[in-house]
Amino acid sequence: MSSPAAKSAPAQARNGALLDVDGVFKHFGGIQAVNGATFGIAPGSITALIGPNGAGKTTLFNVVTGFYKGDRGAVTFDGNSIFRHAPYEIAQRGMVRTFQITKSLAAMPVIDNMMLAAPDQPGERFMNLIVRPGAVRSRESEVREQSMELLEVFNLTQLANAYAGTLSGGQRKLLELARALMARPKLLLLDEPMAGINPTLGKRLLEHMQRLRKEQGVTFLFIEHDMEVVMNHSDRVVVMAEGAVIAEGEPHEVRGDQRVIDAYLGETQEDSTT
Amino acid sequence: MYADGARFLAPRLRSKPPPVGTGRGVPEAPNEIDTPVMEAGHLTDAAPTAMRGRLEERLRQSPALAASLILIAIFIALVIGEGLHDVLQTTVNGLSLGAIYALGAVGLTLVYGILKLTNFAHGDFLTFGAYMAYLVNVTWGAPLVVAVFWAMAATALLGLLFERTLWGPMRRRRAGFLQLILMSIGLAFLLRAVIQWFWGTEIRSLDVDNTSSVEFLGLRVGETELIVIVVGIVVIAAVGLMLRYSLLGKRMRALSDDLDLAETSGIDTKRVILYTWIFSGALAGLAGVMAAATTNIRPELGFELLLPIFAAVILGGIGDAFGALAAGMVLGVMTEWSTLLIDARWKVAVGFVVLVVVLIIRPQGIFGKAKAI
Repeated sequence: MSSPAAKSAPAQARNGALLDVDGVFKHFGGIQAVNGATFGIAPGSITALIGPNGAGKTTLFNVVTGFYKGDRGAVTFDGNSIFRHAPYEIAQRGMVRTFQITKSLAAMPVIDNMMLAAPDQPGERFMNLIVRPGAVRSRESEVREQSMELLEVFNLTQLANAYAGTLSGGQRKLLELARALMARPKLLLLDEPMAGINPTLGKRLLEHMQRLRKEQGVTFLFIEHDMEVVMNHSDRVVVMAEGAVIAEGEPHEVRGDQRVIDAYLGETQEDSTT
Repeated sequence: MYADGARFLAPRLRSKPPPVGTGRGVPEAPNEIDTPVMEAGHLTDAAPTAMRGRLEERLRQSPALAASLILIAIFIALVIGEGLHDVLQTTVNGLSLGAIYALGAVGLTLVYGILKLTNFAHGDFLTFGAYMAYLVNVTWGAPLVVAVFWAMAATALLGLLFERTLWGPMRRRRAGFLQLILMSIGLAFLLRAVIQWFWGTEIRSLDVDNTSSVEFLGLRVGETELIVIVVGIVVIAAVGLMLRYSLLGKRMRALSDDLDLAETSGIDTKRVILYTWIFSGALAGLAGVMAAATTNIRPELGFELLLPIFAAVILGGIGDAFGALAAGMVLGVMTEWSTLLIDARWKVAVGFVVLVVVLIIRPQGIFGKAKAI
């Protein structure tokens, strides 16, 4: 009901890709942050997006999720063009992201953080509070139940009524993932999920990813710098440098690619200063 | 500009001998909860050392509690100095003023929190509401109740109109903070000029009974004032409950907390923003009518209320809707209390003093929760 009608014609998603990014450009002033990036994400896959700092990974995330308006190009998600659509529309279609710096609604309890992310809530329309209070309430209790189930999965049950601002960094990472799942996403975009968390928690996050893929068919695209995580936990790797995709393939293929070694993997050994 | 201000303040803060238990008066980290310097010093006079430590701890945990203690202390001091009857009488007067502040402040704080727009035209929304009520109540001769609803609806529409024609397009062009402030100031002047063009500058009043009053426990309350107090408190409670428990209210607060996160959660931000303007406008309209009913109607009505309303917004923690409601009431009561000590003409100054003191001691507001980054 509240999801926007699919206005755009089904576009040319290549070989059934869930997300298809085709020749996307985005500049800031004189800097071409994303320079014709092109790649596709297969449904049910876990894809890592890697590349040196300043390669345009986060900017691409922002363009794909609608936070930045791209200059030109095409982004197709689940058969519909979403290029330059509003972020909430894209989120409602099932592509949900997290942020490099973990975000939470600090002034609200954890449970409210979760419940706000659920789609199709009649209570968001003021009139429904008066006209259909029953529908509002029944959906709300449904959403509350789902929230508690997810909190259980992430071991956050006992923190349900704590303010999100009081959570530790690791707990907030878990809350962010749990919250993203409340929106019933088809594709989750995670911006450096492992950054700044201890190895044990990192391992748990990776386990969650694998399980969500297996049990709910969630597709993942994540930006990561830890090559060990990338090599061991992703099916495919997309490598960006200077705003463009320079290589794409299975982890072992990408590892051996000379362009990737030059642009990214080898940079630590060879110290390429320009 | 800010750097100069900081330099100007810094030596004064340093040269002052720190009161007992401070060093915490100046926040070390943004997410640290602080006790305002004032009451740390205030309490040390009487309390024994061990208890003092614990009390200090409690107060630092809960600045709202500390603020209430200050308020109670002021109340007791006033009762001793001026007598219970006078203090209660001014408290009652303060409640109606406080309700006006609170209703004005909650809309202003939500708009700021959600859109990062400091709406200087908000005061003139109040004026607009007052004149709309005048139009219906006096010019057309309809009952005041009708006038109130009309004023609320018209002011809500005005808010929507500006969102559609000004603020929305400006946001899409990524207008900066300063541009938006300047535009809102311009809009404030424009609104006032248009109002003056239609109604002139003469002082008018609504068709309300401002003479009859009710006696209650020896206190005298004007009938209109009593209605304003009751309506104000009921609406404030309703707004508070709506923000606390309804999904729409939670979404408003979510947008105010973190717009990006709200968007990626799939919250239809456009709709919430429209509702916020409706909400802010309607409450400003109501506050305008309440001010008009208890005083009179003139083109400066809202502009004069704007500064105390800003003070309430800051006292309550910028962007914090509950804080604004509570702070508005507190400020209204304190303003009226001040008339016990100073000439009533200067009572408006209380708002300024509170504004400055709060900004120096506790910029995140007394009621603001400590937010982790």
